[in-house]
Amino acid sequence: MNVIVCIKQVPDTTEVRIDPVTKNLVREGVKSIINPFDAYAIEEGVRLKEKFGGKVTAITMGPPQAEGVLREAISLGCDDAILVSDRAFAGSDTLATGYTLSKAIAKIKDYDVIICGKQAIDGDTAQVGPGIAAMLDIPQITYVRKISDVKDGEITAERSTEEGYEVVQTKLPCLITVVKEINTPRLPSLKGKMKAKSAVIQAWKAVDIEAEADRIGLKGSPTEVWKIFTPPARAQGMILQGEAQGSVDQLVDSLKGLLY
Amino acid sequence: MSGITVYKDKCIGCSLCVKACPFEAITVVDKKAVIDLDKCTLCSSCVEACRKTNAIEIIRETTRTPDIEKYKGVWVFVEQKKGVVQPVAFELLGKARELADKLGVGVAAVLLGHGVKDKAQELIQRGADTVYVTDDPKLEHFLDEPYARILANLIRKHRPEILLSPATSIGRSVVSRVAVQLRVGLTADCTALDVNLEERFLLQTRPAFGGNIMATILSRHHRPQLATVRHKVMKELAPDISRKGHIESLAFDRSFFTSRTKVLEVVDAVTATVNITEANVIVSGGRAMAGAANFKMLEDLAGVLNGAVGASRAAIDEGWMPYAHQVGQTGKTVCPKVYIACGISGQIQHLVGMQSSDIIIAINRDPSAPIFSVANYGIVGDIFEVVPLLTKKFKQVV
Repeated sequence: MNVIVCIKQVPDTTEVRIDPVTKNLVREGVKSIINPFDAYAIEEGVRLKEKFGGKVTAITMGPPQAEGVLREAISLGCDDAILVSDRAFAGSDTLATGYTLSKAIAKIKDYDVIICGKQAIDGDTAQVGPGIAAMLDIPQITYVRKISDVKDGEITAERSTEEGYEVVQTKLPCLITVVKEINTPRLPSLKGKMKAKSAVIQAWKAVDIEAEADRIGLKGSPTEVWKIFTPPARAQGMILQGEAQGSVDQLVDSLKGLLY
Repeated sequence: MSGITVYKDKCIGCSLCVKACPFEAITVVDKKAVIDLDKCTLCSSCVEACRKTNAIEIIRETTRTPDIEKYKGVWVFVEQKKGVVQPVAFELLGKARELADKLGVGVAAVLLGHGVKDKAQELIQRGADTVYVTDDPKLEHFLDEPYARILANLIRKHRPEILLSPATSIGRSVVSRVAVQLRVGLTADCTALDVNLEERFLLQTRPAFGGNIMATILSRHHRPQLATVRHKVMKELAPDISRKGHIESLAFDRSFFTSRTKVLEVVDAVTATVNITEANVIVSGGRAMAGAANFKMLEDLAGVLNGAVGASRAAIDEGWMPYAHQVGQTGKTVCPKVYIACGISGQIQHLVGMQSSDIIIAINRDPSAPIFSVANYGIVGDIFEVVPLLTKKFKQVV
């Protein structure tokens, strides 16, 4: 069972603040972390390896400094790590990102399951996982909350829906995206940390994955950001202090016409 | 050549771009902006900030959909479950109607499923001019492959300029595949949509960085423009039984229905009252709830207001409520008419999941809790005292 886990380096939003004066995003001193959903993807990949043998390869597309999250992935149990990085990838939207990662995965060739987090917390699109599956023409199961079984070239999993879940079966190789419910990620082991330190991270450029120039970066991205703005601040609310009954009466009065 | 350029002759070294860059990619050296291309993601924030001086430009050389002007019409991918058209489909039809009227084109709905044929008329009443229906036992359950194949085929044949789909677990999965098959742009989770009438492009506005900033996305040179849209944001039209439209039943070759994936079982674990993404009122509890049993108090309040019960990550991690109820970054994003946060301090991860609610009411003992900064109304007090009083008072007036 060979697993590929796609991860992304994202800013830790717990530390992102809005500058009250300029209304800009203050990212100074904000550290980069593994996208939280990808931590569940790594853990699930490592669990599959522990159960069925094989290896787990972590892959990320990003700037050179994204190497950090790959080392972290190794400390958490991944065997190999590949950094797909090239200035030519700058400006990639989800279509170009899906294409680029699919080309890198095609180069790895030997895989049974690709695991992605359900979405990244900076972009929140949930589009890249299914995009990779479509590019590779393999089936997908999105929003997986449990892998029930893997045998005879098939995987059975529970897919979360708005109302509950579905039990879904598909053929390998396939791509799954996972939600938080699927597991509780382990902490890095000491041995893992040592391994991460000395690990050689492979770096692949556009030419290494034989990416077509008009399908990567800006050129391969149909969407463009036209405008970025700060959402209108919520008006200062009415905060009631003091005796509870009085506050409750005043609140319910204010909601007249809205709730009743 | 595609890329970003600083025109040194125009740059005045004002540093506005440095402040605007979310990626700390710009520094000013010798009074001229210098962009670190390893950090730059070409997000265009600096171009916007430099609009007065106009010293920064992003040049995009991109491919283009052939015969782009032949793409006409606004489409909606109709989400149905077990043959029931989901409310979000009506919301999208309402928006599609508005956009189509501005553009002077028609609205078409694509309805795929089994036992859904008789639902087509209602889609016309809600704003569609044409409904494309494929009713087949093979489409009983949502499956990515056949759904994406049929949708992509219809788009290739009829060439709409816009396709709206709900940003649900089904919508996001299937349209992501369609976008790849058609090699066009897709914008996720839009909360505002408009059209530019000169160039006929769709202005797709969505929250980014967990709602801390908003971004308007365009797909200038590709058609159709695909967007998934957050539910409960767009306004549906009241049914108009006098509206006339055209229903087209479409049969496809068997090869369209093949799927490597099959659904073995569908389990509805949450009842309608707990499907928090569809609720108009949500009463949520946090760490201060102090135990699973205390959520009964929130259920009582939610019951009076015909709402659902949510919970913060802290409460979910304690095991007081199932994960399906979690609101926030690693849970669900909700936008009800009224969100009542009980004993939730308001960590950023929680706020990003609920701050687009119409009205936010916070009840917390700590007057400095961050939740009050997003609240329209707040009560500083003990939830165990305030919530029952609130339930009692609402019982009297509702």
